[in-house]
Amino acid sequence: MTVQINPSRAPTPAFSGRRKLPPEASILMVMVGIALIFEVLGWIFIGQSFLYNFQRLQIIILQVSVIGIIAIGVTQVIITSGIDLSSGSVVGVTVMVAASFAQSSSATHVIYPSLVDLPVIMPVLIGLAVGLAVGLINGSLIAYTGIPPFIATLGTYVSARGAAKWYTKGQPISEFTSNFDFIGSGLTPTLIFLAVALIFQIALSYTRYGKFTYAIGANRQAARVSGINVSRHLVTVYAIAGLLSGLAGIVAAARQDSGQSGMGVGYELDAIAATVIGGTSLTGGVGRITGTVIGTIILGILTSGFTFLRIDAYFQEIIKGGIIVAAVVADQYRQRKRGKA
Amino acid sequence: MLSPTTMKAVRTSGAVPHAPYLLEVDHVRKAFPGVVALDDVSFRLKPGSVHALMGENGAGKSTLMKIIAGVYTPDAGEFRLRGIDIRLTSPLDALENGIAMIHQELNLMPYMTVAENIWIRREPLNRFGFVDHTKLHAMTQRLFDTLRIDIDPEAQVRDLSIANRQMVEIAKAVSFNSDVLIMDEPTSALTDREVGHLFRIIRDLRAQGKGIVYITHKMNELFEIADEVSVFRDGKYIATKASGDVTRDDIIRMMVGREITQMFPKEDVAIGDVVMSVQNLSVRGIFENVSFDLRKGEILGIAGLVGSGRSNVAEALFGVVPATSGTITIEGQNTVIDSPRKAMQQGMAFLTEDRKETGCFLILNVLENMQAAVLTRKYVAGGVVQQAQLSTDCEAMSAALRVKTPDLNERIENLSGGNQQKVLIGRWLLTKPRILILDEPTRGIDVGAKSEIHRLISKLAGEGVAVIMISSEMPEILGMSDRILVMHEGKCTGILDRAEADQIKIMELAAK
Repeated sequence: MTVQINPSRAPTPAFSGRRKLPPEASILMVMVGIALIFEVLGWIFIGQSFLYNFQRLQIIILQVSVIGIIAIGVTQVIITSGIDLSSGSVVGVTVMVAASFAQSSSATHVIYPSLVDLPVIMPVLIGLAVGLAVGLINGSLIAYTGIPPFIATLGTYVSARGAAKWYTKGQPISEFTSNFDFIGSGLTPTLIFLAVALIFQIALSYTRYGKFTYAIGANRQAARVSGINVSRHLVTVYAIAGLLSGLAGIVAAARQDSGQSGMGVGYELDAIAATVIGGTSLTGGVGRITGTVIGTIILGILTSGFTFLRIDAYFQEIIKGGIIVAAVVADQYRQRKRGKA
Repeated sequence: MLSPTTMKAVRTSGAVPHAPYLLEVDHVRKAFPGVVALDDVSFRLKPGSVHALMGENGAGKSTLMKIIAGVYTPDAGEFRLRGIDIRLTSPLDALENGIAMIHQELNLMPYMTVAENIWIRREPLNRFGFVDHTKLHAMTQRLFDTLRIDIDPEAQVRDLSIANRQMVEIAKAVSFNSDVLIMDEPTSALTDREVGHLFRIIRDLRAQGKGIVYITHKMNELFEIADEVSVFRDGKYIATKASGDVTRDDIIRMMVGREITQMFPKEDVAIGDVVMSVQNLSVRGIFENVSFDLRKGEILGIAGLVGSGRSNVAEALFGVVPATSGTITIEGQNTVIDSPRKAMQQGMAFLTEDRKETGCFLILNVLENMQAAVLTRKYVAGGVVQQAQLSTDCEAMSAALRVKTPDLNERIENLSGGNQQKVLIGRWLLTKPRILILDEPTRGIDVGAKSEIHRLISKLAGEGVAVIMISSEMPEILGMSDRILVMHEGKCTGILDRAEADQIKIMELAAK
């Protein structure tokens, strides 16, 4: 529709903006609401506080850090109106490759019999390189063959998982150097997650990379005609997503002090869930890292809260699915209302 | 007040009350937060008449039509169908009550056939409950025969030209046996011959007693087809006149509330050296052997019917669909342009024909839309956008082009067509182009904005920018161009000088 702008209205200076809540406000309220529900239920059924427990709050965010790191990459992909299904498998293959270089000299070596204690930077760089490589494959397939992101990343989803299993013929790898384990100890994963979030929040808001990411998602044709090298940019976005999945794999391996080829199964869906709960639109062009961080924490609160209420683990999943959908429905409803306004 | 279902029953019973007006809208008001789109507007449609609505974009025509078509519910006012009070709550309601709207944006499903598109939701079924395709085909053919439309009912919509899709939309609206047909700028994508065809259909419908609301920006259409004309300005109703009682100038004056002294403010500009020389440019299967020189300060018009290859030439020049043969020489340098990036490096800019598809980032705001192109080349240090400077410059550009928007944070979607176009022009002017390609720069925008854009084009030419302007509007081409290149079926059929060009010569070359 054509909204007619009343010309007689005094011109408002740019960027003072009309008073508008930031888009994250509503999702933040959903988060607080869910936490408060657990708080109330906690007093009723368990007889203790859900929130007044600093350790629990720490664990909530620690538990979702791996998903969160992936979700930050996935958010950028979804802003370009793409999708990345390969994240969980990338975690799996990175876990295995990084683990094989992170073993301490005293451990039973599955792959490299004469491995000595490598400085921690080695397994980290190798792990990141693996993630980056898968991301580059995703990006190149999408940008240069023109196949839909769903199909391209479905392919790497299957292949990367296969590679993870093939690498050690399914054998787990354990006993890492203490330096490597540090990556997964204490609050380190949380700090990595928040640091990555900050970096990409800045990148999306203030750099050319960010502006082009939104533009491509909003209208790919118009972006191309505006002189944006869409293909190259898409490769970059998927490469970053792969790199972050690799980072998530390293953190996951370090946290467990072991690597198994089945690690990361289903993470891609959790990351997508966190992203859309956080207000990123699957149609592209819209989304913020801050929203995704909140979306990730909502997932954490749900898991933690259900456990706190001693709800059957299987039943938890049933409710979680419902809540994910409900959160997005509520958000869309709100957006539509605002769109009309 | 009657509920729509009751009215529907009245209609199907055939006992439709006789009323002097098909449709009466009284004192309608519709406000959107911050904006009053319609204020105390009244409108009456007689049976067997064509009623034109005119007004600048944003005058409230589209809002009024959306209220009539059930898309919006008015805040206040009365609405009568054949003298009976009624309140429509949805487009379906409107349709079932005999009001059909043909939207400016075509709403057809590209991967379905013409017949399926027309009868969707109303498919004839055979006795097993499956769609009866034979009957579907026959119904469509019958409909097309009465309208004298020659389109294969089995063709997929995506294979049709824009003009033919428009015809399908019209046929669909007619198929509801509606009393009121609303057409929102139906000719904006049609060639003259197709417009003739459309007008024949409209006259047939009028003879059958239907009321047709015709939104247009084209003055000559108004005098050719309309019986009455209502003018709107800034959300207010100005006047309704019989089209025989008014002149072109009267209407323009009512629309803009001021005199437009010169429609085409073409300045006499000293034409400089050749900036770009194009030799035998071809895109295989689309157009071939187009050659021309373009000089500094010159406006080269490209005329031709829709589908003649005009837009394809522009796309090839800008590298959107790179040429398969031929040479482009810019400032004496032989240049290969295989992507828009390359073209921009050569100082070219390209305003595309389709604002919605290839121009606007609809969900982004004005600022983000305006800065998109220049960001590829400037205002970036070490990857970081120098937003403060860039915003200031966009602000200045927006002011210079007189973009009507509350601020640059407004979504471009919420701007009128003319203002969207100005934002897109601003996008390209920020890149300081030396060659500016404009494909239908004033399509679907109102008279005021149109002449502002014309003035701007003249001014740019005066500053030495070489301009290529594609247009379907003959007065625009004749009024603005220094030379006119005419295309027909993928070939350049001639280049006319400003002095020798006239409507007839162009048409002869375009329709050879």
